[in-house]
Amino acid sequence: MTTSIPAKSISWRKMSGYTIRYLIILAALIFFLFPIFWITTMAVKSPDEYFHSPPVWLPRSLNLNHFGQLIRNRSIVSLGHSLIIAGGGSLLALLIGCPAAYSLARFNTGGYNFAFWILSQRFLPPVAVVFPIFLLYRTLQWVDTYHGLILLYATFNLPFVVWMMRSYFDEVPIEVEESALVDGCSRWRVLWAITLPLSIPGLIATGVFTFIFSWNEFLFALVLTRINVVTLPVALTSYFGPQSAFWGEAAALSLIATIPVVVMTLLVQQHLAAGLTLGAVK
Amino acid sequence: MATVERRAALRGESQGHWWERNLRYIFVLPSVLMILGIGIFPLLYSLWISFLQWDLQRPGQRFIFLKNYADALADNRMWGALSNTLIIIIVAVSLELLLGLGLAQTLSGYLPGKHFVMPLLLLPVVIAPVIVGYTWRMLWDTQYGPINQVLGWLAQRPVEIVWLANPRTVYPAILITEIWQWTPFMFLILLAGLSAVNPELHEAAALDGASGWQIFRHITLPLIQPIIVLALLFRALDVFKLFDIVFALTGGGPGTQTETVSLYVYILGFKNFRLGYTAAMSYLLLIVVSIAITILWRQLGESRRK
Repeated sequence: MTTSIPAKSISWRKMSGYTIRYLIILAALIFFLFPIFWITTMAVKSPDEYFHSPPVWLPRSLNLNHFGQLIRNRSIVSLGHSLIIAGGGSLLALLIGCPAAYSLARFNTGGYNFAFWILSQRFLPPVAVVFPIFLLYRTLQWVDTYHGLILLYATFNLPFVVWMMRSYFDEVPIEVEESALVDGCSRWRVLWAITLPLSIPGLIATGVFTFIFSWNEFLFALVLTRINVVTLPVALTSYFGPQSAFWGEAAALSLIATIPVVVMTLLVQQHLAAGLTLGAVK
Repeated sequence: MATVERRAALRGESQGHWWERNLRYIFVLPSVLMILGIGIFPLLYSLWISFLQWDLQRPGQRFIFLKNYADALADNRMWGALSNTLIIIIVAVSLELLLGLGLAQTLSGYLPGKHFVMPLLLLPVVIAPVIVGYTWRMLWDTQYGPINQVLGWLAQRPVEIVWLANPRTVYPAILITEIWQWTPFMFLILLAGLSAVNPELHEAAALDGASGWQIFRHITLPLIQPIIVLALLFRALDVFKLFDIVFALTGGGPGTQTETVSLYVYILGFKNFRLGYTAAMSYLLLIVVSIAITILWRQLGESRRK
């Protein structure tokens, strides 16, 4: 009799604990998902629904006109530009960054100071660098070209690739490489046949993150693109003038730019903490 | 003998071809060249420009050495932009920390449905900041935005706050937008920190009669302090570069009320075309950031030694 009372009160405390936690989570979900709900529904609303005061929350019917409009006014080609630039930039960054990461992980080349010198590039304010880069690109006639932006994004993602891949290479047990080397494998073979295959999950995660960073980048793209190469974030600005606003088209374009990123994030979800802190948190 | 050779081989000192002996340097060379070419060279070039009087709206250039720097230090609009940026850093980052810590504490430990909720809470982080800015611009809209509408329901009368043009409401609007996007970042990192804390410590303290708050204050918090410092530094350095959200939300307005450092330098360089002056301003910015980066360097170095 006396023992059942504390047991009951503990389970009651547990229940109320769960309730409070779920209520907090519910509030957080409403806060974090509402803007996404709003932009998604706006893309399929008709103008007299979103330019209505007070606004209508749910569209009466699925209206795909805004997506059609993006195709007709050729804004949709920005999707291709963004794919080429973010894809090319990521591949180049991986190609150049991975060997450096391996060198840092296995030989500790240059020590902590060199590793940090590479990392410090990641924290330079883009606005302090974009201006001299613009002058350089103008001289080289690289403004408004694919290779200009690809090279730039590869360079600014390089510190990220080096730090991320270094922490993934660190996880490959050195004994595995050691025994292959003693068995007479060349270091190239060890790299290709052992270390790289073991690091593929990390490689994919790193590639996805560099892709997302380049895909979302705005300032460099704003300054260094004109008409030939316009990435999605820059294309979006044209829908918000001082006088006019094309909210439906803007929402549709935002959705097109966001869906690929969300899908990719879900694929590498367990690497997200590492990805956002350059491998410092796992 | 064999171990000595193995050690030597692992350090890359094997007796192979010269390129195999120098593999470690060959591997870092492309990265170094790329950073020097695209990252460092333009900076050196702009150091030279920062000593020039060079304005695309006026003909000619002239060497004036440090005058641009003196002008920049006396530029009230620059100090205004700097204080705007610092206010946003302090308020936004500390609120993100508090909210993120609360959320992380709520989700740490066993909770049914956690794996379904996690990805939903993390969505804001991966959306392009400029898209976040434009989305919230539509949410804050006086006439057609749902925020005034919901406030109207709560107040039982029409609410017509001009969020983005009123000096008193524009900061809350920017801060909430910024907090919306980056609280999940804090949450994710702190959750990783919390789940690394040994649960036996909590159980032992609970058996000794410690309250939930005491456990949090005296056991959890000291253990995750290094990760908190790291997260704060990451966020502070990122908010210092704040550009996209403000560009999309207010463009720095009303007037120059919400102009950040990045926005001001952008306007100087690409709207007013004052090349020499912009370069000098960029350098002042780099000096400030270098100090912050040095602190990060120490902190990261310390966490690696542990």
